Amino acid sequence: MTMRRLVHCALALTVAFAGLAGLYLNLDAEFAGLAQLLVYVGAIAILIVFAILLTRGGEGEPEGSFSPGGIIGALLALAVFAVLAWAVERSSVTHLALATAAPQTTMRSIGLRLMQHYILPLEVIALMLTAAMIGAVILAVREKSSPRPAQPARTPEGRNSELHAG
Amino acid sequence: MTPLAGCLLVSALLFSVGLAGALTRRSAILVLAGIELMLNAANLNFISFWRFGPHPEAFTGLIFVIFSIAVAAAEAAVGLAIILAVYRHARTSDVSEITEMKG
Repeated sequence: MTMRRLVHCALALTVAFAGLAGLYLNLDAEFAGLAQLLVYVGAIAILIVFAILLTRGGEGEPEGSFSPGGIIGALLALAVFAVLAWAVERSSVTHLALATAAPQTTMRSIGLRLMQHYILPLEVIALMLTAAMIGAVILAVREKSSPRPAQPARTPEGRNSELHAG
Repeated sequence: MTPLAGCLLVSALLFSVGLAGALTRRSAILVLAGIELMLNAANLNFISFWRFGPHPEAFTGLIFVIFSIAVAAAEAAVGLAIILAVYRHARTSDVSEITEMKG
């Protein structure tokens, strides 16, 4: 987050997502780890890189890539971290004996749980993903009919990168 | 330090880094990336409380994380599409230069 060039930031973000996926796998959440790997490393990172390329952010960030009130924001984030770490250290929940055995998570049990208990949220999320994809395509394509022939190559790539996330 | 406390500290660190990025960077894409990092910190909290909580057999945290990942994917797609549309309109993706919403 402190690097100057946008592309370097995006690559570091990808590494962070991959590390988080490894942490999920380490915590016996195979499905979430693999979903994280597919969705974040596979789709969102590519989407961000596409957006950087399309907005020409890759070519040499000028100096002052931080906003004017940036120091206040950084201090605020530091304060938030201090408070959170203090709360974690002080909390009684985190010091209980919690070395439970690894839970049995098979794909079959997750699928059964999704299809039996959580069928309504699953349908809602499917609808929402479809709506989001259509909305993203509409947003990215809308300017096509406007009289601005300067960038004809924008829209197909925008649509393509949306399909990655869907 | 118990494993739960370690996971929570990592999550707090991720959240703070995301918050700092969202608050300090000028590029709209990196603001979105910071928001993604904060979402990921919440996901890590869900996973660790599910793993070390009293009822890991109920899969609640895990399933919440799966839904949350889906929501984050939709949010990233729509957010980047908005950034592209704004860039096409205003010729910049710098959030401190986009000062008007008039179309």
